[in-house]
Amino acid sequence: MTKISRYFVPKFSWLALPFAAVFFLFFVIPLFLTIIVSFWDYNDYSIIPDLIFENYVYIFEGCFQFDADLCMTFKTYLSTLYFCLLTWGLTLFVGFFVAYFLAFYVKTIPIQIVLFLICTIPFWTSNVIRMVSWIPLLGRHGLINDTLIFLGIIDAPVEWFLYSEFSVILALVHLYTLFMIVPIFNSMIRIDKSIIEGAYDAGASEIQILTNIIIPLCKPGIVIGSIFVVTVVMGDFVTIGIMGGQQLASIGKIINTEMNYLQLPGAAANAVILLFITIIIIITMTKFIDIRKEL
Amino acid sequence: MGNKFSRRDTLKFGLGATLGATTALYAPAVLSSDAPVIRYLGTAVNMGDEIEKKLFEDTGIKVQYISKTTDEVTKSVLTQPNSFDIVDSEYFSLPKLVPSGNILGMDTTRIKEWDNVTSIFTKGMTPSGKKVGLQGTAPSKVMYLTGATSGKFADEATQYATLIPTVYNADTLGIRPDLIDAPVTSWADLMRPEFKGKAATLNIPSIGIMDAAMVVEAMGEYTYPDKGNMTKAEIDLTMKIFTEAKKAGHFRAFWSDFNESVNLMASGEVVIQSMWSPAITAVKAQGKPCVYQPLKEGYRAWAAGFALPKTTKGKQADVVYEFINWYLSGWVGAYLNRQGYYSAVLSTAKEYMSENEWGFWMEGKPAAEDILSPSGAKLGSVGEVRDGGSYEDRMGGVACWNATMDENKYMVRKWNEMVAA
Repeated sequence: MTKISRYFVPKFSWLALPFAAVFFLFFVIPLFLTIIVSFWDYNDYSIIPDLIFENYVYIFEGCFQFDADLCMTFKTYLSTLYFCLLTWGLTLFVGFFVAYFLAFYVKTIPIQIVLFLICTIPFWTSNVIRMVSWIPLLGRHGLINDTLIFLGIIDAPVEWFLYSEFSVILALVHLYTLFMIVPIFNSMIRIDKSIIEGAYDAGASEIQILTNIIIPLCKPGIVIGSIFVVTVVMGDFVTIGIMGGQQLASIGKIINTEMNYLQLPGAAANAVILLFITIIIIITMTKFIDIRKEL
Repeated sequence: MGNKFSRRDTLKFGLGATLGATTALYAPAVLSSDAPVIRYLGTAVNMGDEIEKKLFEDTGIKVQYISKTTDEVTKSVLTQPNSFDIVDSEYFSLPKLVPSGNILGMDTTRIKEWDNVTSIFTKGMTPSGKKVGLQGTAPSKVMYLTGATSGKFADEATQYATLIPTVYNADTLGIRPDLIDAPVTSWADLMRPEFKGKAATLNIPSIGIMDAAMVVEAMGEYTYPDKGNMTKAEIDLTMKIFTEAKKAGHFRAFWSDFNESVNLMASGEVVIQSMWSPAITAVKAQGKPCVYQPLKEGYRAWAAGFALPKTTKGKQADVVYEFINWYLSGWVGAYLNRQGYYSAVLSTAKEYMSENEWGFWMEGKPAAEDILSPSGAKLGSVGEVRDGGSYEDRMGGVACWNATMDENKYMVRKWNEMVAA
């Protein structure tokens, strides 16, 4: 009882109603419908109410013959998870130190705000413009290749700068590091400065302060940032598609293709599985830390 | 929207009844301040501000464009048939659209120029009588319905057409002649080893598989009874060849957006790829040479046309038919022809084009003066000849049409497998 009353103050709980209503209308109901449709049948031009498991069977067809090649679904999830893991690691590394710099090395708030806005630059342009602008930079005849050739470092253009796993990861990190910076920065500025001063006075080095005080106190920020990055990358198909030259698989792309061909129940089944896997990842992450307790 | 129309219609009817013929002088003013609006769903291919302006000048009809990709147009017709008054759809979507009952048969007796619609649509042959390839969802195979609301294709000409044709073209590979040494003459050249890492194809399964089939056939690997309707084994075979090439790094990229294909080509990332005709024009407009290379195996063609959803009725249907008649009356035809597409009624479009333009675009003659796009950009200099030559040569060389296969579901799955491989 005491635990619940910590979160629900009856007198003010109606304040949550508008948001709860939005959530119910635009999240719970559509999600429920998606789950229902994933058990429906379909033909070329319509979906047919039914209760079949074929959409799921179809997804895992050939997945449990271990002597054969990996099936498409497993391959696609492996590739998606691989992008997810690398992007998560890199955005965490870059994001943590950018936030660290912003929180502890930048002294005045106006400059903090200015630097923060600079971090949002990747979001100032549309996907299409970003897509176009990577080619002159990373392309076969792009700025980087031309410069390296001019300096005599390479003889022929490096092909894997663009339309490769490298370019996908680069674009994902470029885009989503901000999602790490914001919650980690938020955790950092709430750390009581006197704790750090105390540690410093007691003779702790900067690295000791970082590992013993700042990182433990930033855990909620890290987990929240990780949830953002992981969920966004798991569902991404635009960036992986564009930067991978449409030759790298992502589960989002499969769903997108199925939607375009009106195979809605198939797409719904894929979406349900994607949701399921993403939820497992998030639950695992929150096992390490109780976000609510720390907030 | 619906309310607005009925109010307008009531108003018009009321005014018409009370003022009637006695005050005919006032009628045009009343009507023009109350311009009918039609919601036009289609791909951006044949939508343009110029068309919109000219339409209003000529007929007083206003058009509201709803621009989507080919697949999304089909989706809209099937899921939201009351969100538009007229749809501009591709013929290969018809096997999905017609059985759904969401579009009506078009009454050909209400189309003034119906008898002049090019025989490619009505008979499956060019105006001079040359048979075109009919593999895939060829328009002439799905041109007629057995009745206005029958939902069944007719084998012979009837009063009701599925779509009133608007625009069509013959597609082939685009190349960068300045970056390629040996001449390209066959679809098989897409797989030539020297193009490793410099070739591209499109990531739209229903069109990509047709291009893949053209390549496989040209390589001599297999001859399809009907490329546009493959069996599962044929799909496997086609995708296997492309999957191996993809794994070996033959393709620089797949593209799914028109602009991507332009960028790939203009930047030199790719020197040979599946391409659409306006993309060639866009690359040329950036000052890079680009050729829409005719190939000995022929072209993959596509065609689009107008249909009314079952919800467009009465006066609104009259307005839409008036719009279609205006569309076929020549001005738009000339506008489309000048972009490298083809118009459905050639005779009317000819009246709106100069002799030089008609010669260049339709007859394969060298340009006597500079060729300009509708927006005034220079597309060809004096003496230049159109890639692929005349209408007869290009449309007569069609080998297959964009298609919806019976094994569509399997095909999409195999395509996804290739991307994942």
